[in-house]
Amino acid sequence: MSTVVETHDHGHHGPAKGLSRWLFTTNHKDIGTLYLWFSFIMLFIGGAMAMVIRAELFQPGLQIVQPEFFNQMTTNHGLIMVFGVIMPAFVGLANWMLPMQIGAPDMALPRLNNLSFWLLPMAFGILLSTLFMPEGGPNFGWTFYAPLSTTYAPNTVNFFIFSVHVMGVSSILGSINIITTIFNMRAPGMTLMKMPLFVWSWLITAYLLIAVMPVLAGVVTMMLMDINFGTSFFNAAGGGDPVLFQHVFWFFGHPEVYIMILPAFGIVSHIIETFSRKPIFGYSSMVYAMASIAILSFVVWAHHMFTVGMPLAGELFFMYSTMLIAIPTGVKVFNWVATMFRGSITFETPMLFSIAFVALFTIGGFSGLMLAIVPADFQYHDTYFVVAHFHYVLVPGALFGIIAGAYYWLPKWTGNMYDETLGKLHFWLTFISVNVTFFPMHFVGLAGMPRRYPDYALQFADFNALISVGAFMFGLTQLLFLFIVIKTIRSGKQAKPEVWEGAGELGLEWTLSSPPPYHSFTVQPQVK
Amino acid sequence: MFAFGWLLVPMYDVFCEITGLNGKVTGPSSLSKESLAITEQRELLVQFMTHNNESMPWKFDSEKSQMRVITGNQYEANFVFYNPTNNEMVGQVIPSVSPGRGAEYFHKTECFCFERQVLAAGESIELPVRFIVDPALPKEIGSLSLGYTLFDITDRVQPKEELAKL
Amino acid sequence: MVMPVMFSSHVFSEDSDYNMKVGVTEVSQSIFELHMLIFWICVGIGVIVFSIMFWSLFKYRKSKGAVAADFDDNFWLEIGWTVAATLVLVWMAVPSTQVMVKAYDDAEGEINILITGHQWKWHYEYLEDEVGFFSNLSTSQEQINGEVPKGEFYLREVDEPLVIPTNTRIRFLITGNDVIHSWWVPDFAVKQDAIPGFINTAWTNVPEPGIFRGACTELCGIKHAFMPVVVRAVEREEFDAFIATKVALAEEERMLTSKVWTKEELMERGEGFYATNCSACHQINGKGIPPVFPALDGSQIAMFDSKRHIEILMEGVQGSAMAAFGDSYSEVDIASVITYTRQAWSNGENGDGVIVTPQDIVAYKNRIDL
Repeated sequence: MSTVVETHDHGHHGPAKGLSRWLFTTNHKDIGTLYLWFSFIMLFIGGAMAMVIRAELFQPGLQIVQPEFFNQMTTNHGLIMVFGVIMPAFVGLANWMLPMQIGAPDMALPRLNNLSFWLLPMAFGILLSTLFMPEGGPNFGWTFYAPLSTTYAPNTVNFFIFSVHVMGVSSILGSINIITTIFNMRAPGMTLMKMPLFVWSWLITAYLLIAVMPVLAGVVTMMLMDINFGTSFFNAAGGGDPVLFQHVFWFFGHPEVYIMILPAFGIVSHIIETFSRKPIFGYSSMVYAMASIAILSFVVWAHHMFTVGMPLAGELFFMYSTMLIAIPTGVKVFNWVATMFRGSITFETPMLFSIAFVALFTIGGFSGLMLAIVPADFQYHDTYFVVAHFHYVLVPGALFGIIAGAYYWLPKWTGNMYDETLGKLHFWLTFISVNVTFFPMHFVGLAGMPRRYPDYALQFADFNALISVGAFMFGLTQLLFLFIVIKTIRSGKQAKPEVWEGAGELGLEWTLSSPPPYHSFTVQPQVK
Repeated sequence: MFAFGWLLVPMYDVFCEITGLNGKVTGPSSLSKESLAITEQRELLVQFMTHNNESMPWKFDSEKSQMRVITGNQYEANFVFYNPTNNEMVGQVIPSVSPGRGAEYFHKTECFCFERQVLAAGESIELPVRFIVDPALPKEIGSLSLGYTLFDITDRVQPKEELAKL
Repeated sequence: MVMPVMFSSHVFSEDSDYNMKVGVTEVSQSIFELHMLIFWICVGIGVIVFSIMFWSLFKYRKSKGAVAADFDDNFWLEIGWTVAATLVLVWMAVPSTQVMVKAYDDAEGEINILITGHQWKWHYEYLEDEVGFFSNLSTSQEQINGEVPKGEFYLREVDEPLVIPTNTRIRFLITGNDVIHSWWVPDFAVKQDAIPGFINTAWTNVPEPGIFRGACTELCGIKHAFMPVVVRAVEREEFDAFIATKVALAEEERMLTSKVWTKEELMERGEGFYATNCSACHQINGKGIPPVFPALDGSQIAMFDSKRHIEILMEGVQGSAMAAFGDSYSEVDIASVITYTRQAWSNGENGDGVIVTPQDIVAYKNRIDL
């Protein structure tokens, strides 16, 4: 066989041509691209569902869709954004960047990598097809509480369960790959505490995924048993308990939301460091903070269940543990600000998204802290106040992290600079529309509007109209992003290997050409 | 790993019985030595509520909706069951005690909720709950509400040979 | 620390479109004050952090010649702000715990009300008086469809509110009949999930009379947004009179069931019942939304099979959204709506014209031959 070391581009045996390339690729860059495009398409599909929701909620009354369909929209919007956009986008960024950042030629398990991706279109094909079946798709909320999702679910729930299993397998296999890669393939000299923070964020996230995706698989399997095989996990008649569902689901669900934010923490650290031209403040604290957040995320799950009838001691415990998570998270925010402080700052598009991330994610964190306070939560739970909170941490939180990462690394991936003016336009339109959409949700929630309502009382009308306008604006603006991405791929000013001033010192990826060779780091670099 | 998963079911049952979490104490229970040693008695209100889940057609009522009881003494509350349909049916009553942490202090020495109930078409029966409220019941708990939910489990139950007798 | 809270309580004491209700009970007011305390602390932290951040972004712009420093840690600073954050959390945790302990009070209630969440209405039963009733949304379908203007209490009004006496400790016992619902009255700061097979408790003590409106706050199916909570707090005498009326009505209903009904009487009652309880799915014109909600106009069962017709109303249809109305409504109501649907639209002309009386429903329940 050929020797292990190759020192030149694969001119004559480069990537395959046509469809086969994409179906069978084991190249981390190709697979990263597949994940990213998949998540981008899903963003528009999930976003279209949000547009249906907001169109119906534009005015009180039922104008456009009936509650049956509305419930399918809210459910699938949530499922798609969580499992089809945020998670795959971060995996795509991981695939592209982790090997380059640690000086490795590819992921440790390249064929497993391909499978992990292709499971996703299969899973979502199944899920989305249920919307066209006679009984309609899942309509019980993305949190699918029993018995609404068991005894009272449409027949298509079995497809939903199967789809969730397939997504879970994809995540678990991907995480195994990531951990193996990080532990075994770092360039010599790159100790764990010299790893880039994005790599750290993914190492921790991958452990969380391996720990909790099997729990999700467990809960949907118990659902499957209850629905089809006469068991009573969640059915009081047989001695079971609907609240058991909630405990098991949220034991998965809470770490899941940290899975959806930790990689963004990593990305934003890189970007702020780059554009402040100053090393990230408190590298080790950043690592310990992410690890603490991950560990603490296992002991807070019942803060999603404060009204379920738990004993006082339980409620207090979960209140305290949830409040505790504010400490490592706060430390990270302070560190980002301290990085900017006395830096030399420029405001390219990735930096704009990262600054907005720090400010708006923090606002989401404040509403989270308010939600942690149990007696107050009696007034917030299941209202739009919760919807405001999680959209702040997920949209100007996770999604801005992804977009920031995309702008930051697009020149590396494509070799072309994106159009900075358009990028800034995208940023400002997005920033404004995100706040117009989600900030008033705090108000309607506090004023008493519950969530998952297709229709509402008249005092909520004005804010809902405003929110819908913001949402339409936000949705349309992302078409601009699509345009910018395609334009960058096809043309643009040639990007240097370093791309950003001073970035060469900041990570191995900036030592590679832009775009990098199809197989990079076929010889390991030395890290000092 | 599989064994652990499989054992979770009995472990969960044991855990809930010991802690009385969620108001669930599914089997007969009695006072501990420590409780028996408590001489102080207090009075409290015990309420009974019945509810038929979904479309369960039986008539299911308590004779009395509440009783004032003294801790440490045994009491009996009677409940009426009537199956008005043309078919034999099987019901299961699931108890729930509120407040949840009071569950471990509510000792049922006999209860129709321990077993499935089979009623022939048109049959009616009166069944008791015999209970003692533990003297160790915390002072903050001023009353105990016992909620009984009757479920129709005719479809879930296997051939007649396996049905529990009354 | 006390001043901003008192100030904000005053400023926000009017019901605002922006903020939580202060509410009418001691517990709800404590919760409101706690909410404002936490809110202002968060605002304070935000102001500090954001001003440092925005000032840095302004002052240290490269375009204005800023040159980056190269420090990347400061041990004591980090310890300092970690400790400060912890202390702020303790500052929040103490009043939170106090308010929580107050809200979780388990003492005996003077009046006990069993609240059951159904798809899609609430059932209230006064345990001491053994009388109960359903509480349905009373906003018309025409308002929801936009055919007529929406009333002031659109989606916040019911046919039978829960009536409670003021200055009395009320204990709520909350359960669910089918799926999980959740009973919320913001003015009382009471929210508890209604879980089938389990009983949850909550309590309140309302000092002044008034009408208080809440909502179902756990997704429970298609009419989750259409099962509001309305509570009327009245002086004790009025409450006692209310209960007496209800007890008398229940007795009257028992007698009505045994009287002889004419077809017209049954049709009239049935039409009203149909509009409230059936038209959302089967539509006012009886055409339904097939296949999920079958058409009743022209239905074989409604025209020719009164036995099956009764069975469906009494038992529901397994695996569909058709609930068993038999255990929720009186024999008179069931008989009326069956008679109505057998006569209405084209069914009266084309069908067998069989009417169903309350006695028929009693007979069904006792399985005497129809």
